[in-house]
Amino acid sequence: MPQQSDTSPLSTLRPGESATIESLGGDLGLMRRLKALGLGRGQRIHLLRRAWMAGPLHVRVGMTELMLRRVDAIHIRITPRAA
Amino acid sequence: MTMALVGMPNSGKSTFFNGLTGSHSPIGNWPGLTVELHQGSVQLEGRSVQLIDLPGIYDLHGLSEDEAIVRRFLETTPVDLLVLIINASQIDRQLRLALQVQQLGLPALLLLNMGDEAERFGVRINTEALSQRLCMPVLLISAKYSACFKTVELALAAALAKAGPPRRVEGLEERLGAGEAALEGRLAELLNQCVQLPERLRDQLTRRLDRLLLHPLLGLPLFFLAMFLMFQAIYALGVPLQQLLGQLLNGFGTAVLTPLLASAPAFVRGLLLEGLYQGIGTVAAFLPVIFLFFLAMAVVEDSGYLSRAAFLMDALMERLGLDGRSFVLSLMGFGCNVPAILGTRVMRSKGLRILTMLVIPFSLCSARLNVFLFMTAALFAPRQGAAVLFSLYLISFLAAILTALIFKGQFPSREPLLLELPPYRFPTIKQMLVRSWTEVRHFWFWSRKFIIFGVVAVWLLNNLPWGVAPASDQSLSGLLGSALQPLLQPIGINPKLTVALVFGFIAKEIVLGGLAVIYNQADMGQLGHALARDISWTQAYSFMLFTLLYTPCLSTVAVIRSESKRWGVTLLSVFWSLLLAWLVAFCFFQGSRLMGWA
Repeated sequence: MPQQSDTSPLSTLRPGESATIESLGGDLGLMRRLKALGLGRGQRIHLLRRAWMAGPLHVRVGMTELMLRRVDAIHIRITPRAA
Repeated sequence: MTMALVGMPNSGKSTFFNGLTGSHSPIGNWPGLTVELHQGSVQLEGRSVQLIDLPGIYDLHGLSEDEAIVRRFLETTPVDLLVLIINASQIDRQLRLALQVQQLGLPALLLLNMGDEAERFGVRINTEALSQRLCMPVLLISAKYSACFKTVELALAAALAKAGPPRRVEGLEERLGAGEAALEGRLAELLNQCVQLPERLRDQLTRRLDRLLLHPLLGLPLFFLAMFLMFQAIYALGVPLQQLLGQLLNGFGTAVLTPLLASAPAFVRGLLLEGLYQGIGTVAAFLPVIFLFFLAMAVVEDSGYLSRAAFLMDALMERLGLDGRSFVLSLMGFGCNVPAILGTRVMRSKGLRILTMLVIPFSLCSARLNVFLFMTAALFAPRQGAAVLFSLYLISFLAAILTALIFKGQFPSREPLLLELPPYRFPTIKQMLVRSWTEVRHFWFWSRKFIIFGVVAVWLLNNLPWGVAPASDQSLSGLLGSALQPLLQPIGINPKLTVALVFGFIAKEIVLGGLAVIYNQADMGQLGHALARDISWTQAYSFMLFTLLYTPCLSTVAVIRSESKRWGVTLLSVFWSLLLAWLVAFCFFQGSRLMGWA
């Protein structure tokens, strides 16, 4: 298990930065959907932009770009530097 | 023989389905499933084979409604072949679904769609190696272009010949569960062996467009500008078409039907011509606008802009229990509520869809605008008129927000909002036409009976008992108008206006016609004077408030019923809008009396 202190939620990533997905949380439905969209453990994730007024995040994983809300993004933990 | 089509959202599944089967796919109800599935037939080596279009899913093992439906279908319905379609340019994650399908143990065929895009982005796939490792035929295609369908048909026929008797999936849960742990590892291995992904994403066009269209400051103004232009285009084309169609139907009525029914008793003639035939006309008049609306919708959705709009508006809409797509549809409702409600099909979460359906009817549509333009011209000075119109638009927005806030607890959306932002692409003309045509047919099929019934019922109300002047005080609707006075007098609506509201329940397009009958003034200018003599401006504004907020038209009710599949939701929409209309009109009318305005 990675140390909790090394990881931070996806929502802390700044636009233009990349990170590696360390773990997925939240309920089973969310976890399965995230995996199906390519957000699996060990994948590189790139934050393209954030919407105004605490709106959704625009991210890229592999060949897929998607938006996700911050409430869902807090369940994704990342390590900022590539492993 | 039966084949089932499985695929992810955004993989071009419907395009493939429509292309292979033609757009004449009937909708079937399936035993044990609460949804309608499209079904079409394909001719394979002289044999007719059924293809069933299952809802788009991300994960065979997922927990969404659609994912459960697909599992239930596979467990209960024997099929000869599973046809799986995935987006080749996103093979790095979508191949996961192929591995899950492989675990089901049914004969399957894998289609890698959007081959053109994959090539453009630098994704190389060794289909032969993939086919060997997955133990199923693999084809790289671009369903957008019809040239690929010959090869697809040959491959399907060959796969069916080898398939054996139709089977359902036994022990589906266990099969999926058993493979779950090894799935990610197998996916990585398979990608490593058969797929070459580009080092950097080559889609600079999308990158550049997003920088502009999702710009923190420019994004929203550009979005509103795009919506405004779309609107203008739809109505610049749609309204003349609507009028032309109306004239043609009218002409046919006077030239052919009237002489034909000349010998029939007056009552029968009235019922058939003014009731039934006009009812059909009312439905038909919507068709051109619906067609154009879906043409525009196809561009907005298939180009990838719809999910960008959702991104821009989501911060606001999330607080109302809706999402950005609800906003786009509500905006479209300002043209016509009916196609906007049909358009909610892009949302897969039921709660979200129903909430959006409850909100859309408060969008001030073009038919209501017509009534308001007439009444403001008749009762207000031009300067005041503009302010009156503006206030009605404002109230329309407020009513929608209020409705969302009140009902968001009742219709929560349980699915997380994870929307793909696909690369920008332009749909082919054929794709757009097929889509629009399918929607028009769908509307005609579901709404006509309901609307015609309503139109005939209102005609009877206005013309019974025998021999009364239509819509007069002695007719059933006139009596209804008087009977409703205790309820409607406090909001300033007299019996005559009540009858107009009864007309308005069918469609706001016929409110002015109704008023003309009631005031016995065929000329619109004269009607305006008659109205101004009969009612005060506060009564007129109260009437407009009520008209704005109560049930927009029977067609809207009909599509809410057919899309939600629930009478409860339909009745809720009707009663809530009546209640809100009454309350708002009451507050205004009584308030204005207290202020001494009237």
